[in-house]
Amino acid sequence: MTQNLIIIGAGMATGRAIEHLVENAPDAFNITLFNAEPRGNYNRIMLSPVLAGDKTYEEIITHDDAWYAEHGVTCRFGERVAKIDRAAKTVTAANGDVLPYDKLIFGTGSNPFMIPLPGHDLEGVIAYRDLEDTERMMAMGPDNKVVVIGGGLLGLEAAAGMAARGVDVTVVHIMGHLMERQLDEAAGYLLRKALIDKGITVKCAANSKEILGENGKVRALLLDDGTELPCDLLVMAVGIRPNIGLAQEAGLAVGRGIHVDDQMITSDADVLAVGECVEHDGALFGLVAPLYDQAVVAAQTLLAQDAQFVQKEISTKLKVTGCDLFSAGDFADGDGREDIVFRDPARGVYRRLVIEDNAVIGAVMYGDTADSNWFFSLIKDKTDIADMRETLIFGPAYQGGDTADPLLAVAALPRDAEICGCNGICKGQIEDAILAGADDLAAVKSTTKASASCGTCTGLVEQVLAVTLGDDFVMPAAQSVCGCTEMTHEDVRRLIKSQTLTSLAAVMQECGWKTSCGCHVCRPALNFYLLADWPLEYQDDPQSRFINERKHANIQKDGTFSVVPRMWGGITNGNELRAIADAADKYNVPTVKVTGGQRIDLLGVKGEDLPAIWADLNAVGMVSGHAYSKGLRTVKTCVGTDHCRFGTQDSTGLGIKLEKALWGSWTPHKVKLAVSGCPRNCAEATCKDVGVICVDSGYEVSVGGAAGMDLKETEALAKAPTEQEAIDLTIAFVQLYREHAKYLDRPYKFIAKFGLDWVKERVVDDLDERAALIERFELSQSIYRKDPWAEHVTQKADSYQPLANLMLEAAE
Amino acid sequence: MTNWIDIADLNEVPRRGARVVKTRDGCVAIFRTAADEVFALDNVCPHKQGPLADGIVHGASVTCPLHNWVISLETGLVQGEDNGQVSTYPARVDGGRILLDATFLRARAVA
Repeated sequence: MTQNLIIIGAGMATGRAIEHLVENAPDAFNITLFNAEPRGNYNRIMLSPVLAGDKTYEEIITHDDAWYAEHGVTCRFGERVAKIDRAAKTVTAANGDVLPYDKLIFGTGSNPFMIPLPGHDLEGVIAYRDLEDTERMMAMGPDNKVVVIGGGLLGLEAAAGMAARGVDVTVVHIMGHLMERQLDEAAGYLLRKALIDKGITVKCAANSKEILGENGKVRALLLDDGTELPCDLLVMAVGIRPNIGLAQEAGLAVGRGIHVDDQMITSDADVLAVGECVEHDGALFGLVAPLYDQAVVAAQTLLAQDAQFVQKEISTKLKVTGCDLFSAGDFADGDGREDIVFRDPARGVYRRLVIEDNAVIGAVMYGDTADSNWFFSLIKDKTDIADMRETLIFGPAYQGGDTADPLLAVAALPRDAEICGCNGICKGQIEDAILAGADDLAAVKSTTKASASCGTCTGLVEQVLAVTLGDDFVMPAAQSVCGCTEMTHEDVRRLIKSQTLTSLAAVMQECGWKTSCGCHVCRPALNFYLLADWPLEYQDDPQSRFINERKHANIQKDGTFSVVPRMWGGITNGNELRAIADAADKYNVPTVKVTGGQRIDLLGVKGEDLPAIWADLNAVGMVSGHAYSKGLRTVKTCVGTDHCRFGTQDSTGLGIKLEKALWGSWTPHKVKLAVSGCPRNCAEATCKDVGVICVDSGYEVSVGGAAGMDLKETEALAKAPTEQEAIDLTIAFVQLYREHAKYLDRPYKFIAKFGLDWVKERVVDDLDERAALIERFELSQSIYRKDPWAEHVTQKADSYQPLANLMLEAAE
Repeated sequence: MTNWIDIADLNEVPRRGARVVKTRDGCVAIFRTAADEVFALDNVCPHKQGPLADGIVHGASVTCPLHNWVISLETGLVQGEDNGQVSTYPARVDGGRILLDATFLRARAVA
């Protein structure tokens, strides 16, 4: 007997279910198909190629009117279902028709999620879901600006499609890197680079605040940092929500989607559901492969055949011309999981495999996805890869081939890449010299001058030798930054500058990092190098900092912290001392100590009290003393001409000026200064990183002292006739140290490596270079010369509190 | 039997970072990796009781802020040359919320 089957929603899943039914049992059901959109089924995932102009709408229609007519499907397109009566087993259409059913299929799909920003209901704010949305975007041209909110699969396809039409597109993404659900940071970095090359502006870690309008129409998107992005159209592509309203009204069991079992049956035995509206075993579905599986299972269930829907591994590919990327499986870090990472900076290729128990469980590929199917089958089949592990990452063609070449990154550099910054020598000049017979470092040095000055590029020169000469060159062992890389600090610093690497992900990609996100050794170093070399471009990463610099206080052995407010030049007053005394009482500070740097240390403060104690100290004008930082610590002074009968200059005043100029700056290691008002040197300036001794005729500036693990007396840098010149020399020296030293080398080690003469040439003799150093320091200070305590009190205070307090729950 | 309790929004813990949850029996550190997995461990290093939540998170490990012991977030085992283990607790993310197993936390208080 023919049964009545009503299907709600003509989408890709229900389309496949109908195909299966009419092919296998053409007479089993009278099918009625409702669809709210005024058309039948088309291949929704091909809307992006339609938008980009690669296909037409007609080409992506999967079922036309003739097909429905031929298979006897009654179409009610452009009609919504108003009501379902499960007891009576009837469906009521919007026009009031009541239709009986024996079986009912929900294919109601999903709704695009619209962020409820102020202005989201303005004309010109759309989602990217159906043909109408696509047509709106296709109407945009070279004179238009469009903002896309959402850097996921759909948002990027929309952006690339419009950019191909010449539209000025900006993508705004809330997370730190694009497609964060499918890609790791390294692949996200390469994708971003490719999109920028297509002329798309990409803003990551950007929070949308409000959509601005004019006469009811969208005008611009306002970000919470105050940036306004003008636009004629705003596309929100931030995700989908299963459309479960009708199912809920009908009393079916729903969670985030309509609950179905393995047979795609809902909580009512005569009602099935397929597609994006369902929730199966806790999972929702947005990609097409599982939807087709569900459709076939639902059709088989209706035909009383035994079938089960099983969730499978799925893979993702982005449909953007020129951006080849692929991700599949689980690529989270984990114990017992190992990464195999391959990077080829020249071709922009990144591959990462995640291995567990000798099987590949996840893969991310960018740039070259030719072998993606092979890797995907390894994941699906859980193939034992123990025997091919060594060469696995190179793909199926290389099984039994060579292992990775650690020199790949250097080999990939173009001939015009600068290797020696001091003498302006490029890779090509070194190669030419080698081919002309310079076959070791000394010969390259004498013929080209490369690495003949500061020597930090020695490692790179040696690698160029190794790449050019092959086995004829034996590489001297050099200390790499850490186990994540073969490169030395010097190599990495050089490449950050010469290759304009401005993010952690960029450094790790272009320098061939072997781990996905570094370790506690390399991340703080890279974070410093990036912020020192690219103060405007690079955003400081607190998670790559040691706890002291992340929480702006010194951790103690019991996990409490010490708090040291700045006392400029060691000068304080009654107000500040009262505030310190009050804070010591209020926060039960167990130890108050006077430090060697002429200020007061409050030891034993609880982490959660930090913002409050800072707010109290801020209230009398005190700021962070950075006693915890690889940065400027203190400027110790004596009382100078103000009070001392031997004083020759205003040493206290100069100390305060130096501290006000330098505070907040980050350096490779801590930096301490002192200014003494006469050669009796009461401020002990000759064992500081920079020491100034005042004399009748001016200021003697000396550098590279130490009184720690090593004891060193400073060496004379220059004598300055004026106070301003003493300040200039100090700033220029600190900036030179910031730009060239290895992370965690104090200035005396930096000077030992580069030579005091090399330092003097730049800081003392070359006045242009001195001015340029000061200018670069000031540029950096425009970002960093501010009180981190005040900033954390107003913006991050919550993060110092426990995430939750379960004292009560635990007691129950 | 598990008894999942809602702790907080995932975004309240920074990527490659951690926050603590206070319990009657000391703090439990909730870690979030670069890949958005969460792990719950006692906030105490087996070496000298360092607060692990203040460490640097890399891959699925954390480095203790006091003496750089590296601890696996998945097993709690100390990595490398050193020996020891930190207690771990079931934690998961559902719908962007961090969940902890209250039964497990309570068992810990009794133990």
